[in-house]
Amino acid sequence: MSERNIIEEYLRMDRIPHIWCPGCGLGTTVNCFIRALQQTKLPLDNISIVSGIGCTGRVAGYLKLNSFHTTHGRAIPFAIGLQLTNPKLKVVVYSGDGDLVSIGGNHFIQAARRNMDLAIICVNNFTYGMTGGQVAPTTPVDAVATTTPYGNFEEPFNLPHLADSVGAVYVARWTTYHVMQLTRAMKEVIQKKGFSFLEIISPCPTLYGRRNKIGDGLEMMKFYKENSEIRNGANTKDVAIGFKGPIICGKFVDKERPTFLENMNQKLSERIPNYKPYNGLV
Amino acid sequence: MTDVAIKKEPRGAVLITAERCKGCGFCVEFCPTKVLSMSDEYNSKGYHFPKVAVPESCSGCDLCGMYCPDFAIFGIRLKKSA
Ligand SMILES: Cc1ncc(C[n+]2csc(CCOP(=O)(O)OP(=O)(O)O)c2C)c(N)n1
Ligand code: SF4
Ligand code: SF4
Ligand code: SF4
Ligand SMILES: [Mg+2]
Repeated sequence: MSERNIIEEYLRMDRIPHIWCPGCGLGTTVNCFIRALQQTKLPLDNISIVSGIGCTGRVAGYLKLNSFHTTHGRAIPFAIGLQLTNPKLKVVVYSGDGDLVSIGGNHFIQAARRNMDLAIICVNNFTYGMTGGQVAPTTPVDAVATTTPYGNFEEPFNLPHLADSVGAVYVARWTTYHVMQLTRAMKEVIQKKGFSFLEIISPCPTLYGRRNKIGDGLEMMKFYKENSEIRNGANTKDVAIGFKGPIICGKFVDKERPTFLENMNQKLSERIPNYKPYNGLV
Repeated sequence: MTDVAIKKEPRGAVLITAERCKGCGFCVEFCPTKVLSMSDEYNSKGYHFPKVAVPESCSGCDLCGMYCPDFAIFGIRLKKSA
């Protein structure tokens, strides 16, 4: 049969096979993203994808889109520059938990506060995968990492609650087991105007699953299947993830708030006579 | 009505690029109609890859394609032959 997988049209096939480990969930998230993109029917020239550094940071380079692989922790500031220069672009930031909320944590909260028009897809594997499995601000208490051989003792972030409390207009969480819901949520973050946040719980069998005796990628996927609870509209305060604990999934926040640009143009047109609203440089 | 078993035409087909597979087993586990099983064979990188065990059960739903982290498998719907 000469059938071709349609997703290959969206991938830089000269770079495939990718570097991700057997059973890593990152490729599954890419499958969902490509299908979500197809469903939005957006012209691909109007979309840009920005990643930081990490295993997740590789996503931008594998997608055949306007892709940018930026420095560690700086995907969001880069994306803000891109989006404000050309506000017609849909800019998607696709990066890891370490990149977005550890080294990049300040950019994350400021961009949400200002309601920058960005879709943020954060793949949370509870660790720094690329550098060998160190503890991250998302690592559950008691989980073992290379830097916490006796178990983590730091309280982690509850990412949906963090995003919600600093002003994100859309907040959802799914795991790589929930491919249909994940695809729908990706479509929604792409289409939403304003700072939209999607957390994806994804297996890093090599550095998190094995060390914590959850098992390989497949065992981790089965763990998600058995331990996830769908609770749309849940209060984000209640969705923290404990070590080997239940994973609350769903869409938690979907609200409207003027974006940075809308607020700026509104305020300046009230104060400056003959103000010409800024709508980009290109 | 006769109770002669009617051999159903499969509604879908599944295509596998064995060389790209890393043997994770997601497709075998999450295929809703259990079409796939792991082959005893290895690809050139030393991974077992899936094989089509029950072709007539394939609906072409492409869930295997959504799960496969290595872009090594996908399903297609087949048009009904007249
Ligand atoms: C400025 C800087 N500091 C540290 C590093 C090393 N480094 C590379 S990736 C990474 C963490 C990646 O973790 P995450 O974003 O969760 O991605 P994952 O690999 O888990 O997908 C770190 C600390 C770097 N590349 N640059
Ligand atoms: S180290 Fe972890 S996150 Fe990185 S490719 Fe391997 S399994 Fe995936
Ligand atoms: S297309 Fe659907 S039914 Fe066919 S093998 Fe794949 S998952 Fe199973
Ligand atoms: S999901 Fe993909 S990589 Fe995993 S066993 Fe199936 S074909 Fe191979
Ligand atoms: Mg990580």
